[in-house]
Amino acid sequence: MFDAVLRGLRLIGRNVIDRIWRLGYASRFFAAVLMHSGTALRRYNLTIREIYFAGVLSLIIISVSGLFVGMVLGLQGYDTLQRYGSSDSLGVLVALSLVRELGPVVAGLLFASRAGSAITAEIGLMKATEQITAMEMMAVDPIARVVAPRFWGGVISMPLLAALFSALGVFGGWLVGVVLIGVDDGSFWAQMQAAVDFRQDIVNGVIKSAVFGMAVAWIAVFEGYDAIPTAEGVSRATTRTVVTSSLAILALDFVLTAFMFRGI
Amino acid sequence: MSAEQLVEVDDVSFAYERRPILTGVSLKIPRGKVIAIMGASGCGKTTLLRLISGQVRPTRGTVRVDGQVVHELDREGLYRLRRRMGMLFQFGALFTDMSVFDNVAFQIREHTDLPAELVRDLVMMKLHAVGLRGSHAFMPSELSGGMARRVALARAIALDPMLIMYDEPFTGLDPISMGVIGQLVRALNAALGASSIIVTHDVQEALQLVDYVYFVSEGRIVAEGTADEVRASRHPYVHQFVWAEPDGPVPFDYPAAAFRDELLRAPHV
Repeated sequence: MFDAVLRGLRLIGRNVIDRIWRLGYASRFFAAVLMHSGTALRRYNLTIREIYFAGVLSLIIISVSGLFVGMVLGLQGYDTLQRYGSSDSLGVLVALSLVRELGPVVAGLLFASRAGSAITAEIGLMKATEQITAMEMMAVDPIARVVAPRFWGGVISMPLLAALFSALGVFGGWLVGVVLIGVDDGSFWAQMQAAVDFRQDIVNGVIKSAVFGMAVAWIAVFEGYDAIPTAEGVSRATTRTVVTSSLAILALDFVLTAFMFRGI
Repeated sequence: MSAEQLVEVDDVSFAYERRPILTGVSLKIPRGKVIAIMGASGCGKTTLLRLISGQVRPTRGTVRVDGQVVHELDREGLYRLRRRMGMLFQFGALFTDMSVFDNVAFQIREHTDLPAELVRDLVMMKLHAVGLRGSHAFMPSELSGGMARRVALARAIALDPMLIMYDEPFTGLDPISMGVIGQLVRALNAALGASSIIVTHDVQEALQLVDYVYFVSEGRIVAEGTADEVRASRHPYVHQFVWAEPDGPVPFDYPAAAFRDELLRAPHV
C-alpha cells in the first residue's frame, strides 16, 4: 500500500519534472530561433516560400470557414436581436464578435490544424530521413535555414489570415442579415461603423492573432524539431502540435481578453 | 600529429548515457587512402563517423582531423572543418523538396557567392562525375535507390572535400548499382585527392576497393589489415565475418534462458 502511494508520487514527480524540463528546452529553442532569424529575414525568399505554404495554402479553409461562421452569426444574431427589437444592430454584433474573438481564435485553431501540423510533419520527417543531420554536416545551421523561415512564415501569415477570416465573416453576416432576411442595409453598416473602435477592437484583435500566430508557429517548429525520428514519433508530434496549440490559443485568448477589455 | 594522417582517433571511448558504444578505439586514416570500418550492425561503426564529424563528443580520448581536435572546436570552427568534409548518408538524405540540381547546388549556394552560371557549371560537373547529368531536373522521389545515392554523392563532393565519409553506401542496392558506387568511391577519391572512410558490412564489395580495413566488434577494434590480409586472416571474428558463417564468435542465438525452461514456462509470459 505504502509502496503503491510512493510509486504514484514518484510518477507524478517525474512527469512534472519532465514537463518543466521540456518547457525550458522549448524556451531555449525559441531563443535560438530568434537569434538565428537574421538569415531568414535577410534571405526573404526563404520566408516568402513558407508564407506561401502556411498562409496562401490555408486561404481556402480560412475563407470558407470565415464566410460560414459569419452567416451563422447573422442567423443566430438576428434571431436574438429581433426579440428585443434591435435587429438593426446586427452589423455591430457580427463585426464585434468576429474582430474581437472569433476571427483570431477560430482562424488560429484552423491555422494550427492546417499549417501547424504540416510544419511539424515536414520538419519531423526531415529529421527522420536524416535531412537535418545532412544539413548540419554541410555546415548549414538547420535552425537558421529550416526552422526560422517556417517560424516567421507562420507568424506573418496568421494575422493576415485572421483579418481575412473576420472580413469574410462580416460579409457572410451581411449576406444573411441584409440580403436574405432583409435587415436595413444602411443601419447594418452605419451602426457597425459607429460601434466598432479601431484601436480598441480591431488593433486588439490583430494583436491577439499575432500572439496566436507566434504561439502556433513556435509549438509547430519545436514539436517537429524535437520529434522522435520514426513514423510513430512524427505522428505523435503532429498530434501534439494540434492539441497543444489549440489549448494555448484558448488559454492565451482568455489572458489577453482579460487585459484588453477589462475596462468595458 | 604526422602530416600523412588526415584523421587520427586516439584511445576514444563513447557512451550513450551509461551504455558504452566504443571503448578505447584508436585508428588512423592516411591522406589519399580509402579505409573501411567493418563490423556487424550496432557495433559502433556509425558512431565513429559521428565522432569524426563532430556530431557527438567522445567521453574519453581525442579525434583529430587535419591536425585539429574535433571536440575542442567551437561551432564556427566545427562548421569550417565540415565544409571540407563530405558525407554520404545511408539512404542519401536528399532534400525532398528540392530538385536534383538544387540538392547538389545547395552547399555551393550556401557557402559561396558564385554567380548562377558558374553554380550551374559546377553542379553539372558534379552530376557528370556520377553519371547523372541528365537527371538534374528530377525530384528525389523520381529517382531509384541507386540514383538517389549517386546524387547524394554528387552533393557530398560539391565543395571538393578533403575527407569523404560513406555510411553504409551499399545497403539496399542491386549488384549493378553497388558496382557503380564502388567504382565512384575509388575514382572520386583519386580525382579529388581526398581520403575516404567507408563504414559498411558489405564485405566483398568493400574489400575490392579499399586500401585498409578496421574491424569493430562490441565497440573495440578487434582486427585490422589490408584486403588480402583480411581475406587470409585466421582471426575467428574476421573469418566468420568475411566468409559469412552463421555461427562463431558472434553467436547465432541471442542470449536467452535454456530452451527447455522456456517451453515449460507458464503461458502468461
